[in-house]
Amino acid sequence: MKTILHVEGLKKTFKLSKKQQKIEKTKQKLKVAVNGISFDAYEGEIFGLLGPNGAGKTTTLRMLSTLIKPDEGDALVDGFSIVKQPEEVRARIGFLTSELKLEDYFTPNYLYDFFSDLHNVPKDVRDERKKELFERFEIDKFAEVKVANLSTGMKQKVSLVISIVHDPDIIIFDEPTNGLDILTAKVVTDFLIELKNSGKSIIVSTHIFSLVEKICDRVGIIIDGKLVVCEKLDTFLNGMNLEDRFFQLYEETVGGLHE
Amino acid sequence: MNKILAIVKKELFRFLTDKKLMLTTVLLPGLMIYGIYSFMGDGMANMLGTDEDYKPIVAVYNLPEDLNTRFKLLYMEQTDVSNLSLDKAKEEIAAQTLDLVVYFPEDFSKKIEEKSGLPEIEIYYNSVNNESAKIYQFVANTLTTYEDSLANAFTMNSKGETYDLASDEDMSAMIYSMMLPMLLLMFVYSGCISVAPESIAGEKERGTIATLLVTPMKRSDLALGKVISLSVVALMSGVSSFLGTMLSLPKLMGSEIEGMSAAVYSMMDYFLLFLIVISAVLLLTAVISIISAWTSSVKEASTAVSPLMIVVMLIGVSSMMLTGERMSTLFYLIPVYNLVLCMNGIFSFSYELSQIFVALGMNLVVTAILVVILTKMFNSEKIMFSK
Repeated sequence: MKTILHVEGLKKTFKLSKKQQKIEKTKQKLKVAVNGISFDAYEGEIFGLLGPNGAGKTTTLRMLSTLIKPDEGDALVDGFSIVKQPEEVRARIGFLTSELKLEDYFTPNYLYDFFSDLHNVPKDVRDERKKELFERFEIDKFAEVKVANLSTGMKQKVSLVISIVHDPDIIIFDEPTNGLDILTAKVVTDFLIELKNSGKSIIVSTHIFSLVEKICDRVGIIIDGKLVVCEKLDTFLNGMNLEDRFFQLYEETVGGLHE
Repeated sequence: MNKILAIVKKELFRFLTDKKLMLTTVLLPGLMIYGIYSFMGDGMANMLGTDEDYKPIVAVYNLPEDLNTRFKLLYMEQTDVSNLSLDKAKEEIAAQTLDLVVYFPEDFSKKIEEKSGLPEIEIYYNSVNNESAKIYQFVANTLTTYEDSLANAFTMNSKGETYDLASDEDMSAMIYSMMLPMLLLMFVYSGCISVAPESIAGEKERGTIATLLVTPMKRSDLALGKVISLSVVALMSGVSSFLGTMLSLPKLMGSEIEGMSAAVYSMMDYFLLFLIVISAVLLLTAVISIISAWTSSVKEASTAVSPLMIVVMLIGVSSMMLTGERMSTLFYLIPVYNLVLCMNGIFSFSYELSQIFVALGMNLVVTAILVVILTKMFNSEKIMFSK
């Protein structure tokens, strides 16, 4: 199995404001969001990053997509360093998170073409892919409606389609089904499985257990900025269901839920 | 290169297809300026002007023989005063039914001849009545000339020729070179602030810039694309205001200067002016883009750019104090101020081509440096993702 993503010792800290220091009763000026995470993801698998809110999942993915720079450590995406070759990395990944918004003024059709240009997609390839993706996600009927007037779910579908205009080999999705109704969520999860079957590598972060159980091949569990487990889903579960196994692990690591 | 073009195309599409925005930033400024200046000019002309055909009615008492001819030459009608007492005439002046009363003492000629004492001529007029004020001036002038001729030492400007030799060109040059550099600079600045905060701080605020930042585009392409496209829109706004001013300034000044016109400048002058304006737009757009990138919302950006407006205005006003003396080329190296110098030079026909190119070159260099800074800002997560 080819390693498509190699993460080594990623660390990211944020500055705390004076007020926040008081709330947390700490004199430390820095909050460690991600504390030395290392893992590998392989070609053609879906790797799930699972963890509670605030554990550092999104920060990790933002570093992998080169939106922010790690304080320490590095990661190689298809052999390219996120620190030294961010443009190469960006050309190879599709990144989707709720933080990335689309401009209200434009139509899905216009934005698709615009982002295709930014990704150097040739015109004929672009048009063919657009037709396919718009049909698949039922955007075709809304192709000329301004983003401002689209429903939340439709906006998210357009965002998803636009994040993969360049047909990337590595796809990084932060909470891919958040805020979607079950029908749309199913369209998205089915699509992820289909992408995997066509040989793409996918990294998703989520706090939704059922999603992990349904689609992930391997799973990494982040608690308080540290990766506590990283292995095959089956190996990790060891016959238990994911929820029970997670609580067991959480108690082992943090020591009980209500402390 | 392709990506810069893609950004420029998208930004232009954003602004040029937005009818409301086009109306408020491009069409309205020019129309409003033209309308207001023309209206002000007409108003002033009406206030100060008089009816050309009107013949003022003047009551003259005891007109001396010597002055008869001189008074006949004045464009006025002498009314019969045999039945009009002086007091009654004064009342009529106040009521604006009579325009002027000239009262010579009965022994005026005698006193003049004998040179005994100073005879007093009383002229009553009504300053609210434009016709009255005007004929008062004429009569007073006539009498002064008469007084001078009695002394007979010398005469001055009495032949009735045009003694003011300033040409229309010079007049236009003076007015334009005083007013336009400041106005143009302000128009360009307000063009810039109506689009740059929206496009940069706005994208930050709405989170749409992050979507751009995850594409494999160079940050410098984004910075350049933004500055170029915003400059185009700001330029359109600036040109609209400029046309409005150029066309209506003669009307505004028309009441004082005849023959003032924007046509006194050659195509070359306008071409140079256009280059100056383009460099102004690029420079100011880059500055405002940086301020916008540094703030986190459109509102914050608009607040942050207003102190700069005052600085720009002050620099603009300095054009009124330029004496027309040629400045050292060193001054042409000061960004923004060199714009004022160049424009002043062009409008007053006293520029040196080499100095204009020094200014253009300098501004281009500064703009390039600012674009590099903007690129660095787009690269900085602290600046791009701070809220």
